[in-house]
Amino acid sequence: MSTETKDHAALADDFNKDEDRVDWHDETLWWIRQKRDKAVNKLPDWELLRATASAIKNNVLSNLSAYLQEFEAKAQNNGIIVHWAADAKTHNKIVLDLLNAKGIKQMVKSKSMLTEECHLNEYLENNNIEVIDSDLGERIVQLAKEPPSHIVLPCIHKKKEEIGELFHLHLGTDKGNSDPQYLTETARQHLRNIFITRRAALTGVNFAIAETGEFVVCTNEGNADMGAHLADIHIASMGIEKIIPERKHLGVFLRLLTRSATGQPITTYSSHYSKPRDGKEIHIIIVDNGRSKQLGRADFRNSLKCIRCGACMNTCPVYRRSGGHSYHNAISGPIGAILAPNLDMEKFADLPFASTLCGSCSNVCPVKIDIHQQLYKWRQVIVQNGYAPAAKKAAMKLMSITLSSPFLYHTSGKAGRLVLRFAPFAVNNRFNPWFKQRDMPAPPNQSFGEWYAKNR
Amino acid sequence: MKVGLFIPCYVDQFYPGAAIATLQLLEKLGVDVSYPKNQTCCGQPMANSGFAHLTGGCDKLFTENFRHFDYIVAPSGSCVLHIKEHLHSNEYADDAASIRNKIYELSAFLTDILQVESLPSRFPSRFPFKVGVHQSCHGQRGLYLSQMSELVAPGFSKPGKLLNMVEGIDIVPLNRPDECCGFGGTFCVAEEAVSVKMGKDRVEDHLSHGAEYITGVDMSCLMHMEGILRRQGSKVKVIHLAEILNSYQ
Amino acid sequence: MNDREQIINAIAANQPAFSPSPATHFSAGDQEGLASQFADTLTAIGGVVFIVDSLADIHQHIKDNTSAEHRVISRIGGIAGYSEDIDTTLSPHSLQDVEIAVLKAHFGVAENGAVWLTEELMGNRVLPFICQHLMIALYMKDIVANMHKAYERIGSNSYGFGAFIAGPSKTADIEQSLVMGAHGPKTMTVFLIRS
Repeated sequence: MSTETKDHAALADDFNKDEDRVDWHDETLWWIRQKRDKAVNKLPDWELLRATASAIKNNVLSNLSAYLQEFEAKAQNNGIIVHWAADAKTHNKIVLDLLNAKGIKQMVKSKSMLTEECHLNEYLENNNIEVIDSDLGERIVQLAKEPPSHIVLPCIHKKKEEIGELFHLHLGTDKGNSDPQYLTETARQHLRNIFITRRAALTGVNFAIAETGEFVVCTNEGNADMGAHLADIHIASMGIEKIIPERKHLGVFLRLLTRSATGQPITTYSSHYSKPRDGKEIHIIIVDNGRSKQLGRADFRNSLKCIRCGACMNTCPVYRRSGGHSYHNAISGPIGAILAPNLDMEKFADLPFASTLCGSCSNVCPVKIDIHQQLYKWRQVIVQNGYAPAAKKAAMKLMSITLSSPFLYHTSGKAGRLVLRFAPFAVNNRFNPWFKQRDMPAPPNQSFGEWYAKNR
Repeated sequence: MKVGLFIPCYVDQFYPGAAIATLQLLEKLGVDVSYPKNQTCCGQPMANSGFAHLTGGCDKLFTENFRHFDYIVAPSGSCVLHIKEHLHSNEYADDAASIRNKIYELSAFLTDILQVESLPSRFPSRFPFKVGVHQSCHGQRGLYLSQMSELVAPGFSKPGKLLNMVEGIDIVPLNRPDECCGFGGTFCVAEEAVSVKMGKDRVEDHLSHGAEYITGVDMSCLMHMEGILRRQGSKVKVIHLAEILNSYQ
Repeated sequence: MNDREQIINAIAANQPAFSPSPATHFSAGDQEGLASQFADTLTAIGGVVFIVDSLADIHQHIKDNTSAEHRVISRIGGIAGYSEDIDTTLSPHSLQDVEIAVLKAHFGVAENGAVWLTEELMGNRVLPFICQHLMIALYMKDIVANMHKAYERIGSNSYGFGAFIAGPSKTADIEQSLVMGAHGPKTMTVFLIRS
């Protein structure tokens, strides 16, 4: 799939060519949003929990350098080996070196958006290491040679018939059988064999506790644990922002995370890794990759509070109708749109504009990130840095001049009513995109201003 | 109490009926209201497109036009939110700050400042139709005109409270009471496919519940939905909240 | 400058002014009927709950519901002729054919149906994940209302590995159809023991 040259609008346009599929995608995600609503409404303390989680994360960001060092010391004390990676390249190199040192050629990996961000699989494959993703959804997109389209539901864009076909091709299931129970059982058998035979397992990290040096991994499938407890070496990759100060804070975050994500009261497994098994190794790689830079952007730093629940995607009316791949970034949806420009402002200049600024994302966010406000602010930064299309710049300049002058406004308004040339929604007049699927408002005989002058 | 009427540019140009209804409504409620004729636009179209640095002229004009009023009232949640969050003026810094606090969207002004508790006691209002209420996002999530479905908090609705005072009105329920319509300013043309799909879905929710009218506090959302309704050949009409409150049918 | 210094320096330079950690006081939740709340919640997320009087009842239940060729590992006392115990030196790979694991939990959490186990209760870290069916013995008195109470109870205890487990392994990755038994146990049964 080539997404390199197309922006969000163009990719969303492609996605919308099949309206039934858009409806299906929208309804599926809306159903998850409804499950979330049902779950959170059972907790009278919900808004207090959100406020508390937000305040804990503010504390984390304000004291992050100390917390990271505290975590490192405690983890080392527990017998965990800690590595630091300033960027994706270093992270990938550390993983490769660890595998090479043990002569390991195959690794099993549970969900880690960070490794998606670092394009670890690609890198390892280029270095003759086979990686198998063990989360069912991730395994499905891996077989399809696609990136995940959602951080919690990696193959939410795929229909079961397509998955049945993939499994038939790669795992030998019966052609035409797309029963989820049957396909899941097949994946269970296939991956069980992988878990049993892999000597290295990589997992993500949901929370790393500064106070104790332990880290927590949450899954429903149990795939992180199956990998880690059967392997000789467990590598856990974490962004610097995964730190929380104290163990008791898990009480707050674990109450919020899964209710926000899927409406479950908690994930099936919330595994607390503190020490390696006798004779085995746990390695933690602490990764920056642009995060410390984002920390320095006062308007955008609190995007680092994100706990990757995906609620903003499920609620986003644009995400639901454009699909995760339209964001052409490892992390899609509203949160992806405020994280990505920090990594590459030019490449992701389109993402903050892929929103109506409706604000629903900020309301569901369990750590109260002001996502829609940051989308607005990124738009300003992107334009100021020169990444706005020239035609748009010219149109905006003209609009600014017109609207700053009552005379020009009234003159062009008269003309504008006939052709709607002036209207804010019609400034981008390339192929008159308004008119393609919508009628224009019927032009009135006179403006309100003209009526007022005559009648009052 | 002197009230300045702020009529957003697209309402002025395309929906004078909503503006007239707003003016008449305020007059019927005994408000000393006037319309500064040199007003143009709040500047939001530029700002939301990333060109906030080009809104200085609009800001200056807005401040000059409205700084002498006790309150500023507009039949739009979106434009009011923009002024509240972004109006700045180097020349009249204090005035701009004061305007940010005294500007009100119409339903909020009627509910919070005029404290309208019943319409028949003030003037007759009758609208015997099935009406779907569109919650515009900026009014709802920005100005808190009504409770948001994402939050765990008691429900309320300022526009809903006012509409319930109208005789004969039948408000239809919706499957998604506060989903965005997809207008989004320049989003409606820059992201045409998604914008239209959102609009179609929003309209369908109202239609499937038998709405004869779709109302709301923002003409921009309604204009977008009207464009879709008319393209579909639907007889369903859009109407601003002020026009319902101001009618006797 | 190595990556560690580089990262820590960049963070120190860019982090905002200190913001204090908030209080974390939450309502204790409904203290009445914790056992029934726990049972209802766990059942709703795919678990099975039985109320029994003693460990012997659990043994009997297992005998009544499994056949002798199944490998059963019990960590709540041996079931004569039925179960084996394990020690921590056992290779985790040797557990791949375990049909049933019977483990004791430290406590359960009423609001989400989770039970808390640490490594020593598991015998082997992989056991609660690799078995086909997981059975948990939990005393009714050991149910706390919510996760805040849960961490109060864990306190500063030290463990090599610990996990909250809430129901069978599951996935809904294929069109949001819920399927039990993704990689881990296909069922989870909790025996609530009257205290």
